[in-house]
Amino acid sequence: MSDPVLEIRNLNVEYGLGDQAVRAVRDVNLTLHRGEVLGLAGESGSGKSTLAYGMTRLLAPPGVITGGQVLYHPEQGEAYDVLGLSDRELRGFRWAETAIVFQGAMNSLNPVHKISTQLTDVLKAHRPDMSESARHARAREMLKLVGIAADRMDAYPHQLSGGMRQRVMIGMALILQPQVVIMDEPTTALDVVMQRQILGQLIELRERLGFSVIFITHDLSLLVEFSNRIAIMYGGRIVEEAPAAAIYRDALHPYSKGLLGSFPALRGPRRELTGIPGSPPDLKGMPSGCSFHPRCPKAFEPCSGNIPVLGRPGTPDGPSRSVACWLHPTEQPVG
Amino acid sequence: MTSIPDAKAPAAEVVLEAISLTKHFPVRRKLRDLFSHRKDAVHAVDDVNLTLRRGQVVALVGESGSGKSTIARLLAQLYPRTSGDIRLHGETTKVKGGAAFRRYCSQVQMIFQDPFASLNPTHTIRYHLTRSLKIHGNAGKTAEDLDRALIELLERVQLTPPERYLDKFPHELSGGQRQRVAIARALGARPEALLADEPVSMLDVSIRLGVLNLLRDLRDRLNLAILYITHDIASARYFADQTMVMYAGRMVEGGDSETVTQSPAHPYTRLLIDSAPDPDRLAGTSDAEGEDAGNGEPPSLIHPPAGCRFHPRCPFAMERCRTELPVPLEIGDAPGHWAACWLYDQNEKAEVAQ
Repeated sequence: MSDPVLEIRNLNVEYGLGDQAVRAVRDVNLTLHRGEVLGLAGESGSGKSTLAYGMTRLLAPPGVITGGQVLYHPEQGEAYDVLGLSDRELRGFRWAETAIVFQGAMNSLNPVHKISTQLTDVLKAHRPDMSESARHARAREMLKLVGIAADRMDAYPHQLSGGMRQRVMIGMALILQPQVVIMDEPTTALDVVMQRQILGQLIELRERLGFSVIFITHDLSLLVEFSNRIAIMYGGRIVEEAPAAAIYRDALHPYSKGLLGSFPALRGPRRELTGIPGSPPDLKGMPSGCSFHPRCPKAFEPCSGNIPVLGRPGTPDGPSRSVACWLHPTEQPVG
Repeated sequence: MTSIPDAKAPAAEVVLEAISLTKHFPVRRKLRDLFSHRKDAVHAVDDVNLTLRRGQVVALVGESGSGKSTIARLLAQLYPRTSGDIRLHGETTKVKGGAAFRRYCSQVQMIFQDPFASLNPTHTIRYHLTRSLKIHGNAGKTAEDLDRALIELLERVQLTPPERYLDKFPHELSGGQRQRVAIARALGARPEALLADEPVSMLDVSIRLGVLNLLRDLRDRLNLAILYITHDIASARYFADQTMVMYAGRMVEGGDSETVTQSPAHPYTRLLIDSAPDPDRLAGTSDAEGEDAGNGEPPSLIHPPAGCRFHPRCPFAMERCRTELPVPLEIGDAPGHWAACWLYDQNEKAEVAQ
């Protein structure tokens, strides 16, 4: 496996302060390697978006990072902790090193400015010594890269379709050639046909430009197809992390299995599916022990008492994956 | 698993029928248009035929903007139709609100997409369900009758024990529970047809199937006719007896769900199925196949393309597709399977063979 580019260590994020605080992300350890697509899956409320905002320091109050480290490895030079950057350093870091494409990105463009203005604004802020014409040339180049004709430069966002706006956002995210691109449900507002086109294009661009992607979605079947590794979150913790094929063929955690069994298949035999009984946990009153145990079909005594740690399972492909479940006890915790 | 009924089987009674249903929304005229005779309209739904039978689920699949929600709203009589006919038990319905609308909607109920918006946050579950029962005259005479009816409703949507849910407010329930309350409220009218407009797309993935299985259970036990609107063709295959595919306001293909999803005939249906996420196609192995075919976007519905509305995107488009509107043609691989595509015209096939 290639070098890490982003390492998250014991990250904790809370909303609110004191006793009222809700712990949305709990002791998360996650490593993103250079050039890979890491999928982050989970239900709403599982903390996946909070994790993304936490590691880029975009959390809006009352969200607070209460502990942990986010180590960023630049292409050259020493690794540094993103959480320790000053405001000034952070301004330089954002977008140039990590870019984020938000959920409903089509609405994150400013409706009163032309596409060209918004694309060149990024360059104006980060590359002040670039000339006006060079900025425009670069913006035009980016649009071409994401498959939009350069004559749409002077269009306003409302003149573009949803898919095109999403492409503009992806182009804007890539304009400074960041090492990490975080995509928070980038295609949920789009149709399946457009979704496939945009993701296909993104994967192709990644091969060409070599950035890494953190891809957040609740659609596990999409992740299995498009990502290299998948991490599954439940109740603020990562419960399983493995190569995409391993998750699909033989998921170890009962929650991952349940999630995979929640998607009706388009091919193969029609089978009865049940989904997962019960409803997602309330972060204010988390169950003791493993937070999945009230819904888990395989729960036994240790599950309600002790929190399982994320570690290498004893399976043959153990070294490449980790799981937090008492069914697969581990001697080798991760992190 | 329930067996898939023959799409042509006359066994089940027809509850609700749409016959060449059409809806055009007028577009606001600009000043310069005042002097011309031009009257623009969005052709949201054009010439749609649909039949809902007792005890069957019909799925309506299409992208956003294809007109599927407009059909649901037309069938629920929330919009007046431009032309065509809606028949309830074979009788033409003319509903303009008031008592006629009440009478109609006690037989045809709608479930909306977002249970967070469709329940009033200031009222308890008891209030929501009581209103539905009282308005449609199913509350009985005494307080005990009402209580019994309330409990029965909640039990029917598997919210048990009912006492625990009756006096809660919507915000105290999860999304799946709220959608169940919305279903219970629809059942309070004792309807014969349910129109479910994307009933699970706002819910968490792990609980979607629970709600779909509940709806299927209701279909079997109460013999309901259900229209299931979705953009997820895989769930249509799982849940529906028949599947209809819409594109840009027109029906392009229909038949029993298994046939439509396993041997799609219309090029648009094929594109839709090829685009659906498929875990068996693992990262890296995904080929470029179909990527060219899918380029382009749905057309403007103000000035839809002449002929087949899919022809600008269709890889098999012929001269005829650009000028002539395709009629529904029998495919012949399974009874009741049809597609509105000239590729399946016998004359056309003969010409190709020559």
